[in-house]
Amino acid sequence: MSALHIKLKTSPHLIQAVSVEQIMRNVVYALLPVCAFAVWHFGISALALLVTTTAACVGTERVINLLSGKPSTVTDFSAVITGLLLALTLPPAFPLWMAAVSGIIGIALGKAMFGGLGYNLFNPALIGRAFAQGAFPGAISTWTLPGHPDRFVEFLPSTLAIPFTRPESVDGWTSATPLTAWKFQGVDTPSMELFTGMVAGSVGETSALLILGCGLYLVARRMMNWHIPAAVLSGAFITAGVCYLIDPNAYPTPWFVVLSGGLMLGAVFMASDMVASPVTRSGVWLYGLLIGFLTVIIRFFGGLPEGVMYAILLGNAASPLIERITQPRPYGTGRRRPL
Amino acid sequence: MAIKPDTQPITPDTFLSGIWRENPVFVMLLGMCPVLAVTNSVANALAMGLATTFVLLCSNALVSLLRRQIPKEVRIAAYIIIIATFVTVVDYLIHAISLEVYDALGAFIQLIVVNCMILGRAEAFASRNRLSNTLVNSLGMGIGFTIALLCLGSVRELLGAGALLGYPIFGQSFEPWIIMLLPPGGFFVLAAWLLLFAWLKESQQRRKQAAAAAPQNGGKLGGASIHAR
Repeated sequence: MSALHIKLKTSPHLIQAVSVEQIMRNVVYALLPVCAFAVWHFGISALALLVTTTAACVGTERVINLLSGKPSTVTDFSAVITGLLLALTLPPAFPLWMAAVSGIIGIALGKAMFGGLGYNLFNPALIGRAFAQGAFPGAISTWTLPGHPDRFVEFLPSTLAIPFTRPESVDGWTSATPLTAWKFQGVDTPSMELFTGMVAGSVGETSALLILGCGLYLVARRMMNWHIPAAVLSGAFITAGVCYLIDPNAYPTPWFVVLSGGLMLGAVFMASDMVASPVTRSGVWLYGLLIGFLTVIIRFFGGLPEGVMYAILLGNAASPLIERITQPRPYGTGRRRPL
Repeated sequence: MAIKPDTQPITPDTFLSGIWRENPVFVMLLGMCPVLAVTNSVANALAMGLATTFVLLCSNALVSLLRRQIPKEVRIAAYIIIIATFVTVVDYLIHAISLEVYDALGAFIQLIVVNCMILGRAEAFASRNRLSNTLVNSLGMGIGFTIALLCLGSVRELLGAGALLGYPIFGQSFEPWIIMLLPPGGFFVLAAWLLLFAWLKESQQRRKQAAAAAPQNGGKLGGASIHAR
């Protein structure tokens, strides 16, 4: 190819076009505070997880680029986002080798298999996590205490498990997340603790306040569709509210539902995945409400304490259909086309 | 009924086509139901493969013997009855030999009757060829099917339980990948094998093309033409 590159653009030339790489870089910026809080909260094990999954995702992306003879897509930062998001959804004591496997699967199966960025049907990070949930159900439901005094000097015992071996147990570090405490022990966690994030949970899901702040940054930069998180959260709030009104003793308050677990992280950073979500205005709301509704249904009536991951994956799967239903009718074309 | 005189000789290909070129699982993608469902261990895969091979061999032999007697209009029904007979035999046999295997395979033994590989062989080969050819071809197909099941079963048992035929390979500290024993594991492993075979076939073709292109342009443009493909 020649060295001369001329980019042709249509008018108006006053408006600066936003490239994929710019958006992705800003999402990484928005994720950094969440990552920093996670490392402060859970210590060097969380840092190791973040580094491992990011390296696994970027490495897989590069290798697949090389194998398929395509130009490198590492520099568009999307693999970095997948890696960071995957680590943020994993428990702090998750063994690093399992995290690396999840990252590889997430990129290879969730993204490259569909044709790369822009073609992926599902959020790649959640594909990786769903694989981990299926493959290593024990390790992915082991939660550890936040703010442990030794968290900056030693790794959690299971973090450095030798690849393909069973991780050591983390007795003495374990703790229940607000959701497991509610589901299996009937203990409620105060909403304020959930809001600030001083609880156990996945690496980056605990602080609702911080996630909301970072989401606001992206919305202010116009790099995220705020309708999606709003729809997801209101979907969950309404469903949980109905359940709470029917039987206040059996179900937690809607505030608990919205602030606990990975709902905030999922709503702000994963459901809003630009590729796997619908584009029409009403479709976006339908998609978000569906995810919120499914999350609450899985949490209340399913076997697992947390349902955000499957809810978002199901929402991703439904989004082509949602787009088809909500396609606007061109003016003057008569009645709506039957499906 | 105009059946052409079937006097084709038995060639090595009659036997080998079922194992490689027309492998029922990896090339024709037939009989996916048992392939995905009962390959969670080597023992199950082997039992399923042998049972299917037995049914394939016996039913196709009978179809081949009766090929001039079966009217064309009701041939599918006739084939199904013949296949069902041998499936019943296999069902009772496995039940008598090993209750453990019988329970593990469950309804999939009876479901051999609708395995489209068997019906396909009856329709495409046994009804048009004499007994000796049919036996050789069916044996090849059965072995190809069994090998494919073993390919899936060994990978799934190795990753999902850290064992082969029940004997632990990786020792006690191995962390099993539970998902490999569950239905998604079947899809993952099948896809991986298909990928491998597609890649092998493509690189074979590429070599052939390069060899064909080499005399004309001295092999220099061989690489470029491959890239453009």
